[in-house]
Amino acid sequence: MKAAAFDYVKPESLTEALGLLAEAGEDARLIAGGQTLLATLNMRLSEPSILIDITNLSELKGIKLDGKCLRIGALVTHTEIEDSDLIAKHAPLLKAAVPHIAHRAIRNLGTWGGSLAYGDPAAEWPACSLTLDATMIIHGPSGERKVAAKDFFIDLYTTSLASDDILVATEIPVSDGAQVFCFQELARRHGDYAVAGLAAVAQKQGDVLTQCKFTFFSVGATPVMAFKAQALIDGKKLNEQLISDAVKVARAEIETIADLTNSAEAKQHLVGVLLERALKQMIA
Amino acid sequence: MSLKKKITLTVNGVEVTAEVEPRMHLVDFLREELHLKGPHLGCEQGACGACTVKVDGQIIRGCLYLAVQANGSVVETVEGLTKSGALADLQESFMRHNAMQCGFCSSGMLLAASELVEQQPKASREEVREWISGNYCRCTGYHAIVDAIVAVLDARAKGQKIKPVVANA
Repeated sequence: MKAAAFDYVKPESLTEALGLLAEAGEDARLIAGGQTLLATLNMRLSEPSILIDITNLSELKGIKLDGKCLRIGALVTHTEIEDSDLIAKHAPLLKAAVPHIAHRAIRNLGTWGGSLAYGDPAAEWPACSLTLDATMIIHGPSGERKVAAKDFFIDLYTTSLASDDILVATEIPVSDGAQVFCFQELARRHGDYAVAGLAAVAQKQGDVLTQCKFTFFSVGATPVMAFKAQALIDGKKLNEQLISDAVKVARAEIETIADLTNSAEAKQHLVGVLLERALKQMIA
Repeated sequence: MSLKKKITLTVNGVEVTAEVEPRMHLVDFLREELHLKGPHLGCEQGACGACTVKVDGQIIRGCLYLAVQANGSVVETVEGLTKSGALADLQESFMRHNAMQCGFCSSGMLLAASELVEQQPKASREEVREWISGNYCRCTGYHAIVDAIVAVLDARAKGQKIKPVVANA
């Protein structure tokens, strides 16, 4: 299908973009990579009156190491993350996750910030940002504010961004040498939306994991952390029995919901499968 | 009020200026306004890959990119990349391996494959399959396409050429 008519502007600065967004109101949509937006426009699932193209905003670009923080600009593409040495060194979970995002032609345009702002429960970056304790840097009419990832994803396709806000960048604490990670995703075909996935990190000392973060995605309305399973694993010698107990706890605590093709029960089962695989990989 | 926007871009080496509606995606612009019928439209929702073109040196989905977004960009299609010879060994290899039947996916496949052979010259067969997983072919079952791409990777690694199917025709 073809998109309905809309207007298009391309501001040169963040201030100008915020002004245009405030002026246009809820009928406006920001466009960066547009890899989700264009599909919804073509299918007429979305009919904005104006698109504000933010790809010229230099404040939103680049990956920088700032002390103990990695700053990822909202306009950084999936391909830039895939090819970045800084990411490989300081946020290896993202490097492991990126091949699961669609296909190269889409990764060349789709952005980090777009994926976060869209809040698709099946997407990789929201789950990774939760697992890595990311902080969202948001600019709105009243200036800059920071929101922790755990407070950012509110519901299905719903974040704490207001309609006149722009997500500018994300700060992620850099990983240290003792950090282990695992990214697991189950999909029908490579690059398809996940049936279920897990973004996991922990600190490892011998066969003990601490500071565990297990975030499941594509199982509920938002990415969701397995707090009870995390607490169970934390600080104990990881063996077959503990893994089996954690799998049971995670299956019980994660409230799964069905999607068009997969039942809630199937997803609940997969939560356990993913956690078992991840724990075995992280301790190996 | 006309919503049309003026754009200037380079398409296959030629500078083009046009007025387009913002809602027109790049492949509609290339096909309908410039009569470049190489990029195809299958699904128009980013799933099939038949619309693959290059913008500023990178492959993209032409149906998920607006013509207005391409203002100031360098766009290349299968027509331009055939003329420049950039796809020559891939095209030769696709013919040699019968890597097509109806040909609808071929322009997208060739462009996707060209970025792979440039960026991952040591790609394994599995990585080739993964790379082209965003391009649908409903005829071949993919094996012939993977064979053709792997043959180009091998030939380039050895500094050899793909032998033409039809010699100096």
